[in-house]
Amino acid sequence: MGKYVIRRLLWMVLVLFVVAFVTFCLMHLVPGGPWDRDKALPQTVVDNLNRKYGLDQPFLIQFKNYIFNAVRGDLGVSYIYQDRSVTSIIMGGFPVSATLGLVAFLIAILVGVPLGIAAAIKQNSFVDYFAVIFATIFASMPNFVLGILLMIIFSVTLHWFPTSGWGSIRQIIMPAFALAALPAAYMARISRASMLDVTRQDYIRTARAKGLTERVVLVRHILRNAMIPVITIAGPELAGLVTGSFIVESLFSVPGIGRLFVQSVSQRDYGLIMGTVLFYAFAIAIINLVVDILYGMIDPRIRYD
Amino acid sequence: MTDTQQPNPSEMAEVTQARPHRTLLNDAWIRLRRNRLAVAGAIIILIFALGAIFAPLITKYNFAKQDLDSIFLQPSGVHWLGTDELGRDVFARMLYGARTSLAVGIFTQLIVLLIGLPIGAFAGSKGGRVDNLLMRFVDIMYGFPDILLIILLSAVLRGTVFGNMGGGIFVIFLAIGLVAWVNVSRLVRGQILSLKQRDFVTAARAMGGKGTYITMRHLLPNSLGPIIVSITFGVPRAIFTEAALSYIGIGVKPPTPSWGAMIHDGYNVMFTAPHLVIVPAVAIALIMLAFTFLGDGLRDALDPRSRR
Repeated sequence: MGKYVIRRLLWMVLVLFVVAFVTFCLMHLVPGGPWDRDKALPQTVVDNLNRKYGLDQPFLIQFKNYIFNAVRGDLGVSYIYQDRSVTSIIMGGFPVSATLGLVAFLIAILVGVPLGIAAAIKQNSFVDYFAVIFATIFASMPNFVLGILLMIIFSVTLHWFPTSGWGSIRQIIMPAFALAALPAAYMARISRASMLDVTRQDYIRTARAKGLTERVVLVRHILRNAMIPVITIAGPELAGLVTGSFIVESLFSVPGIGRLFVQSVSQRDYGLIMGTVLFYAFAIAIINLVVDILYGMIDPRIRYD
Repeated sequence: MTDTQQPNPSEMAEVTQARPHRTLLNDAWIRLRRNRLAVAGAIIILIFALGAIFAPLITKYNFAKQDLDSIFLQPSGVHWLGTDELGRDVFARMLYGARTSLAVGIFTQLIVLLIGLPIGAFAGSKGGRVDNLLMRFVDIMYGFPDILLIILLSAVLRGTVFGNMGGGIFVIFLAIGLVAWVNVSRLVRGQILSLKQRDFVTAARAMGGKGTYITMRHLLPNSLGPIIVSITFGVPRAIFTEAALSYIGIGVKPPTPSWGAMIHDGYNVMFTAPHLVIVPAVAIALIMLAFTFLGDGLRDALDPRSRR
């Protein structure tokens, strides 16, 4: 176990290093520089700016400096918001994305899992058909299309919720549902399939043959085993949701890191692009590692070699 | 597939009477036709495809033609789906937008196949160090947040010769294709690794079949089913990515019509002219649903054992 974690951590460091290097290369290949404005700046000003931010150094030196600082948590400065460091900008956006993601994750679990369970218990009933149709439609509905349709229904037509902004519960509901629909559909599908699968196992027949009541069989034997695959997919879903969705955040003007990234790309803010990509990769790797370790505790069949 | 031995002619006559000879693809086709959702999906795709191809015959309007005297018109007999903020016909833009979406779906998957299939097949059949190298590379690719990588790649590609080809659409093909091939190559590798253990491959090898022959004749044709399914699911994902990129303004360049760009344009006037975002949003939802239905149907048809 300890060995496994160490190996994973070492591999993670390597992956992050490569991700950083590739991103750094790509960024320098992007045509145009961070100082491009509608009105061109005088060459001396550009030279001074380049010197100030170390952009006049050779490529590999720039990369080395960047990595050394990044390890210490300093992701450099934003070229657009010049008074703020990239770390502080990301740390400002992350709580917003994380809050939205967590709410969406909770909605997905609370809607998807019970729906899947109910569908499996009453297989081929009305509930089951409803769950299957729900899962099929929302599994293939892009979140920003759903977001647009929600806006049209609940903001434009019914005037229940504001279209955009951040801070109140009414503003979080629509983006959270737009984000939650797909994972909810996915979880409904997985929990239904897993329930049906477990129900057919021999140990369930044994439990029934022992004379246990249907309730005990369901809660203690079926549910506990059927939830393992659900937890397996919940981890990556959580990682994806918490780190933010650039498209839903842009749509609802939520000031999270997703929207930040979109802005930084269109403004060629190298510092911010680099920082966000690294942060995303880091956050996803850490969350996945934690989730993998947790699996071993939940499901004793998993062994780390 | 074709690795079953042909019986001699006299036997074949009898067999044909008992049960007509069917190949796997024949069989899959019959199962697919029985699947109502898959057929519905295929019909929707066909309608969009025909609309995209014959767009100039279906509508007399040009997708880029502005008419500032008739902006924000509601849907009517003249403009079937109304006009947008520049007086452009929304129905025409929707039809030509289908061209963009379907082209993105098809060409990205072509790139995915062109890169992913050979690399996956090579790694799977050679094994050893080549395979190890590919899998490490795939692991690193999975370390990237893929949508961010696509955005960065498209920003880089804009500066190259591809930047202006087809209104920026080639940039989208390449950016998505260069990121998405990893999935297919991993799939092909896995298929080939497991097929290699099967008896018919051992038999073919015992009969003197060489590596390349076995890969081309036995391993690849037998992994066709999962590849087709994966490609079918890849199409809507690519369509969604293009729409998302165009929505945030870094996709195809105007005036090339794109459903994502239409949502972007209509977003600010949603309260006064909601049809400008409803039309492209419903179009995207429909085409994605259609491809998902078809993909589900194909999976059930090509691999009946996977069915629950």
